[in-house]
Amino acid sequence: MKYFIKKIITLIITLLFISLLTFTAFSVIPGDAAVSKLGVDASPEAIARVRAEYELDQPVLTRYVHWLEKALHGDFGQSYKYDTMTVTQLLQSRLPVTILLAVMAFIIIIVVSLPLGMLSARYAGKWVDMLINQVTQITMAIPSFFLGIILTVIFGLVLKVFQPGGYVSMEEDMKGCIEYLILPAVAVALPKIAMVVKYLRNSVLSEMKKDYVRTAYSKGNSVNQVLYGHVLRNALIPVITFVAMVAAEILAGSLVIEQVFSIPGMGRLMITSISTRDYPVVQAAVLYITSIVVIINFLVDILYQLADPRVRTA
Amino acid sequence: MKKKSVTKILLSVMVLLVSVAFCACGSNKSTESSETGNSSSEKTTESAADDTQADAANSDNSCFTVGLSQEISSLDPHEDTDAGTRSVLFNVFEGLVKPTTDGDVTPAVASDYTISDDAKTYTFTLRDGITFQDGNPVTVEDIKYSLERSAEMDGESSALSVISDIKLVDDKTVELTLSEANSEFIYNLSVAILEQANDANQATNPIGTGPFKITNFAEGQYLEMERYDGYWNKDLDCVKSAKFKFIADAQSAFVELQGGTIDMLQYLTSDQVQALGTENYNIVESTMMLVHGLFLNNSYEPLKDVRVRQALNYAVDRDAINDFLFNGKSKIIQTHGYPTITAWYNADTEGTYTYDVEKAKELLAEAGYADGFDLEITVPSSYTQHVQTAEIIAEQLAAVGVNVTINQVEWSSWLSDVYQGRDYQSTVIGFDISSLSPATWYKRYYTDSSNDFTNFSDESYDETYGKALATIDHEEKHQLYGELQQILTDQAASVFIEDPADFIAVSNKYTGYQSYPVSAIDLSLVKPVQ
Repeated sequence: MKYFIKKIITLIITLLFISLLTFTAFSVIPGDAAVSKLGVDASPEAIARVRAEYELDQPVLTRYVHWLEKALHGDFGQSYKYDTMTVTQLLQSRLPVTILLAVMAFIIIIVVSLPLGMLSARYAGKWVDMLINQVTQITMAIPSFFLGIILTVIFGLVLKVFQPGGYVSMEEDMKGCIEYLILPAVAVALPKIAMVVKYLRNSVLSEMKKDYVRTAYSKGNSVNQVLYGHVLRNALIPVITFVAMVAAEILAGSLVIEQVFSIPGMGRLMITSISTRDYPVVQAAVLYITSIVVIINFLVDILYQLADPRVRTA
Repeated sequence: MKKKSVTKILLSVMVLLVSVAFCACGSNKSTESSETGNSSSEKTTESAADDTQADAANSDNSCFTVGLSQEISSLDPHEDTDAGTRSVLFNVFEGLVKPTTDGDVTPAVASDYTISDDAKTYTFTLRDGITFQDGNPVTVEDIKYSLERSAEMDGESSALSVISDIKLVDDKTVELTLSEANSEFIYNLSVAILEQANDANQATNPIGTGPFKITNFAEGQYLEMERYDGYWNKDLDCVKSAKFKFIADAQSAFVELQGGTIDMLQYLTSDQVQALGTENYNIVESTMMLVHGLFLNNSYEPLKDVRVRQALNYAVDRDAINDFLFNGKSKIIQTHGYPTITAWYNADTEGTYTYDVEKAKELLAEAGYADGFDLEITVPSSYTQHVQTAEIIAEQLAAVGVNVTINQVEWSSWLSDVYQGRDYQSTVIGFDISSLSPATWYKRYYTDSSNDFTNFSDESYDETYGKALATIDHEEKHQLYGELQQILTDQAASVFIEDPADFIAVSNKYTGYQSYPVSAIDLSLVKPVQ
């Protein structure tokens, strides 16, 4: 119980710190939210009016305190750019598809990389391993942007099984949405699969060198029994950390993939709001990413404890 | 047992994540339907069906989809917005007059107008039977309301601030009195006429008098429109519905064009044009209506000397830039002007500065910079066109001893530091034609003008500008504006390069598209091929 409470307090402190940091950072960099919104030739009066409306003429700490007061009640303010929407509404419209894409990519990663990693380790040094190694090298080397375009061209223009840009939102057509997201999920997953496979392979191989494996063999276990019955769960521990980082990364929103596939997700929202200096949205988005990272780390800690009884915090 | 529990944990984590996603979906729906102020949310549910129909209709050729490279910033036409937004809203709103394809204006909400001899009084006759897209008739009160609202929103710098009085003579006649004579004022009257009764909702529930009405707006994603069958011009024969889709990445947009997801795309590069071929697409060659150039901060020490600025004009090879970026299709200019608007363009300024490295070196030596000098070009990183131009110029200037460093900045920073703060030495940018009235364009070089970001100042320019504003005779105006352009060229206010070519691809399932000299994607000209 104490463990949970400590973790939650850590989360809150991290969030506070990060939000203050973001707030200050934005007041220091050049670029004016009002000018960004109104355009280059807007009159000085209009700019002054907007600045007053957004309290941009107040000192940073005052603005931060105001923001914090409202945020604690769940009100993250109004977006500057999409000014008919509150930040909460905006996030609610963008988060689901990012999360869906992340979940789909995650499933693909797990389903593909675990068997491949095990295979690679089992036949280490043989041609299967070599082949997997080469393919993963190549996939890691391709930039995700390029990968996305290539996939779109192959499946969209050549094979014509994919409608480029044919994103349908979840509310309209869930099935169509998932169908459209398969290709982007693959594009997100491929580079990550490569990394997880490598990681798992190395982890398994180093486990295989340990004494208990020799004992297992001498007790009459087959290779498969040793691998899947004994080694796997030990080898998974370092891999879990890595996979958690991957999960956090894709949950934060794969900007490049969203851009290439015209998916209205968090990644694109982040970039747009930063370049238009849409402070309320940036604050909320940064908080979201921070929370994701902290929560996932928390989950990983729990997983560790359950997977390996030796690792127990008091 | 331990192995199973690890698997169980993994599974439960995934279930958790997936259920979070679904919860978010669920709450999304409830938020949307409980939004009372935002009527577009109701329209979302009903047009969810429309959207799937429209997708099917896309193959039936009755939903014309246009790819946009920038988001639509606002649905309120009186808000000062970017060219992209204006070109879309062109279909929804109209003013007393509206622009034509050849740079003039034609009566729209007004059926007729007269200008007094002293160019101070403009009288408009409201068109018979014209209605807003919600069916309500347009009244003279709406006209007054709209003009006042636009003037208020733009503040002192509004072109409409010169109106001293709006008189509603009767329920079909409006009389505008100006505080000073302005013969070009008619060009400022394409300001949208809005319904006074809709005052609270102009941004959320846009209603205009144009041939298309907005049916659904998914901010940051797309805007859908439908033909308004009560439009005053009954001769229109055009597409029934249209969708403007925002696609952030230019390459993805191109792929969507090839894949048939969109029917029209602007700003294609010459490589993309060749890749498309003419089998399935019509390529409309237009111009971007931009004054694209290397703009010089006249307050930067070396650039204070006119000879240095002229030297730069000789040192830049405009043709090379044109060939590299636009396959030679752009129109080279040497002044701040728009060649397609022949009413005002001074073609005599062309050819003043040839590409002459020796002459450039001579002038620099005369001005005391025989060893050249350092020049920083600040460019907005998001515009590859400008960045590439800067790189080409850097090489060209090196040949005359000018040592160029390129400083790429983010767009917002460019706006605040370069354009407003004037903290730069030189920059590559393009100025679009924000208004059909030349007075607006040339104000930019008037001493102490709020948008004179090049810090250009010339007495004879200021004098001539004043005269051009004052005169009401079209011929004389043409003469005077021509003089202004000549001054800009002779005094080398900046290095003006080109009006970039704009390649627009339209699927040949549609026909009729024509481009305008101002920001307008006119859907009323487009119709499906039978």
